[in-house]
Amino acid sequence: MLDNSESYVTEDGRTIGGVVMEMKNITLRFGGVVAIKDISFDIREGEIRAIIGPNGAGKSSMLNVISGFYVPQEGEVLFHGKPRPQLRPYEVAQQGIARTFQNIALFEGMTVLDNVMTGRLNKMSSGLLAQAIWRGKAEKEEIENREKAEKIIDFLEIQHIRKTPVSRLPYGLKKRVELARALVSEPSILLLDEPMAGMNVEEKEDMSRFILDVNDEFGTTIALIEHDMGVVMDLSDRVVVMDYGKKIGDGTPSDIRNNQAVIDAYLGVAHD
Amino acid sequence: MFYREAGDFKTSYTDDNQTFPIKFDRYRYYVVLAIAFGVIPFLINDYWANAFLLPFLIYSIAAIGLNILTGYCGQVSLGTGGFMAVGAYACYKLMTSFPDVNIFFHVIAAGGVTAIVCTAFGLPSLRIKGFYLAVATLAAQFFLVWLFNKVSWFYNYSASGQINAPERFVFGVPVTGANTDAWATYLFCLVFLTISAIIARNLTRGMQGRKWMAIRDMDIAAEIIGVNPMRAKLSAFAVSGFFIGISGALFFAVYLGAVEVGEVFGIQKSFLVLFMIIIGGLGSIFGSFAGAAFLVLLPVVLKLIGVDFLGWPTDIVAHFNLVIVGALIIVFLIAEPHGIAQLWRVAKEKLRLWPFPH
Amino acid sequence: MLEQLYFAMEVFLNGLMAGVLYALVALGFVLIFKASGIFNYAQGVMALFSALTLVGIMDGQVPFSHIINATFGTDIHHFGWHVPALFAIFGTVIVMVLFAWIVQRYIFRHLVGQEPIILFMATIGLAYFLEGVGDLMWGSEIKKLDVGLPQGINDTIDQVTYEMFGYGFFIDNLDIVATVVAVLLVIGLVIFAQYSKEGRAMRAVADDHQAALSVGVSLNFIWIMVWSVAGFVALVAGIMWGTKSGVQFSLSLIALKALPVLMLGGFTSIPGAIVGGLIIGVGEKLFEFFMSSSALAGELFGFTISATENWFAYVLALIFLVFRPQGLFGEKIIERV
Repeated sequence: MLDNSESYVTEDGRTIGGVVMEMKNITLRFGGVVAIKDISFDIREGEIRAIIGPNGAGKSSMLNVISGFYVPQEGEVLFHGKPRPQLRPYEVAQQGIARTFQNIALFEGMTVLDNVMTGRLNKMSSGLLAQAIWRGKAEKEEIENREKAEKIIDFLEIQHIRKTPVSRLPYGLKKRVELARALVSEPSILLLDEPMAGMNVEEKEDMSRFILDVNDEFGTTIALIEHDMGVVMDLSDRVVVMDYGKKIGDGTPSDIRNNQAVIDAYLGVAHD
Repeated sequence: MFYREAGDFKTSYTDDNQTFPIKFDRYRYYVVLAIAFGVIPFLINDYWANAFLLPFLIYSIAAIGLNILTGYCGQVSLGTGGFMAVGAYACYKLMTSFPDVNIFFHVIAAGGVTAIVCTAFGLPSLRIKGFYLAVATLAAQFFLVWLFNKVSWFYNYSASGQINAPERFVFGVPVTGANTDAWATYLFCLVFLTISAIIARNLTRGMQGRKWMAIRDMDIAAEIIGVNPMRAKLSAFAVSGFFIGISGALFFAVYLGAVEVGEVFGIQKSFLVLFMIIIGGLGSIFGSFAGAAFLVLLPVVLKLIGVDFLGWPTDIVAHFNLVIVGALIIVFLIAEPHGIAQLWRVAKEKLRLWPFPH
Repeated sequence: MLEQLYFAMEVFLNGLMAGVLYALVALGFVLIFKASGIFNYAQGVMALFSALTLVGIMDGQVPFSHIINATFGTDIHHFGWHVPALFAIFGTVIVMVLFAWIVQRYIFRHLVGQEPIILFMATIGLAYFLEGVGDLMWGSEIKKLDVGLPQGINDTIDQVTYEMFGYGFFIDNLDIVATVVAVLLVIGLVIFAQYSKEGRAMRAVADDHQAALSVGVSLNFIWIMVWSVAGFVALVAGIMWGTKSGVQFSLSLIALKALPVLMLGGFTSIPGAIVGGLIIGVGEKLFEFFMSSSALAGELFGFTISATENWFAYVLALIFLVFRPQGLFGEKIIERV
């Protein structure tokens, strides 16, 4: 077992740092329904961490807990070693946690560029008056952040649709724009909610490549949930497996492949 | 043919961020400004100033204000009439309390007062949305009109309950009161409209505009990516109130000169401005102009056709006006929710490729 | 002192009666909102239009006579017959059903799936349109409506209460009739919604359009039916208000009064509409009564507060909404990502 602050080097030569975020005995209930039951795990810097599980296992709820949208009734979330106080969702974003959504949540009335630029909003500080006049600081800031946004747009290969309204884009591209919006905020943790859902094989391959590239190029810590086992096993460094709100496995993909509880949950087990 | 962007390359993000990125648009904008400031003041007469130009300019400011709140930030307000009344009465109190200060600053300050009032009535938007909020803003409408009607301090205890604009000068030229010239009042309002439009454009093309639109398009997602919903919504209410207040002040001081609050700033005014932005185009500064021009011109044109040409009595023409406005709202909502501004964009798109569309 | 108390009680009772009428209008809103998600701002104008049509049919007015006269220089106004109230009401119902069909066929069928606020704005447009059409068809002057409902102060109540308390309660006959009619209407609607086949289909549509469609409910039919029922409710409200204060433009403003009623009671609940209506009716009458009669208010503000009825309902609903956004009986709104 590694210490929280220790780092290690993976087989393919990447360095995984210390623990960025730690979930401690999280329990989440909706009325009488227990969505998450006493789950603990951690996310290390620079790794790709997957949360998998069958439908209704509580994956999305878990992601919403990490992103601060749901507040668990029990347990605590440690971020950079300190317990995270109860925050409003936008304050979580200001702390450097960005996410994408299962059912794309782009701003349909805006262009791709504007959508990506919204990802920079926490990096911009000019006030209402400065923006009204548009000379000096506001304009300079706008240009600087535009450059950052364009870099990500280039990286994710969506230059050609920069000025297209998002509502006109096909599904796969929308997913990519959403990734760009999350990535451009230079998050310390990037949460991906079923990034491959509803995609065909080719789009899945593209998306996997982008996720690996992002992790490689920017060293971004990524936590993703997904129920396509195959994709997850190839992508991630460590995997948490959930079933009916409980954690039934946690470890490297090869550990998980050989975990009897996981195999039972996925393939079903004969009850006698 | 002549409307094209080929060869008009941008080499910096500053160029790309301009209000009118295409050269032709930019030149046309300068030409329009030159005509508005340099030509029309010499041609204007009282009829055109009062029947079309002044109301057009003033309603455009109100429409820009409401468009920021409704078109950009997605918060529907039915309190525009009440907020215009705040601008008018604030301007009146300031004009009579500080007669030595230039009226220009009175109008600006009236905008500021309205911004504060509007923000206060925007507070419920933090809890409720959609038409719940729209209905809640009706509370502002009725309460404010009642207040200005009942509390005599607001109309300086005058017996008639009306407010009358005293004569005020800008550079020695009267812009309010009985002895104004059409060109002076026109230019005075035009200056405000130009400034308002530029400010609104700057705000909406930058990060503030993106925050507003993010709230409009999907408020939960906006919050999760880091938009503070309270600040975004309340700033929209404040900015919107500022413009609406200015327009209310001008409507009272420059255009009408005397105001009875229930008659001038009633619920009908709220709907009128809302219709302007629906027909003109939600979320478009140009649409605010187009909608204001359209709804100011419509009764004038109908009167020309109905009363002067067909010889109908005026009340029938007024009823026709209702029917046409109502039908237009429905048609636009069904066929073109982005209004005249979108029709204009589509036309431009076609022109860009003309005469070789393929 | 006792006199004051009795007076307050009388105000309370009158408020209750006024509240019933608000509830009646609010009911029309709830019906359409539940079945189609449309918040129908035009409900008040529908009440005005149906009352205008009723008067027009009863008096044998020629539709659009003003335009015809103005255009062709003719001078026609009436057919010269009078239609009995019951037949005229029947005729008006047919007109309202026709109106429901037109609204569904030419407006809302093209707006299916739009955001609620767009639908709301469309109904504002519809309100303008219908108001214009009503004025063009029947003229905009104030009309008297008399379908034979009893009017004036109820003498029996006056006498009985005078003997009991030494203070005669003034209660309008029309208000009593309105209350009875409203109660009957509500009972009828509830029975219709709970036990008839169409009512069940209507509730199914309200729950889930797609699911209702997939089990073979005709959305189109249901929506036309709902608009027709709302038209009928509007007619009843139009008769009551029209008899009370004449058929005129201000009738359409009762719709504005119904809005706070709905905010209070919840947009999806029939009992909510009724309770909300009663609260608003009583609240605004009592508030006005205490404000205008108490010397304290005058001393505090330096002016007497009166005519608060214009905004009281809104401000009450607004304050209420901030604490309970879904209204008294509304369903809780849960948001998901």
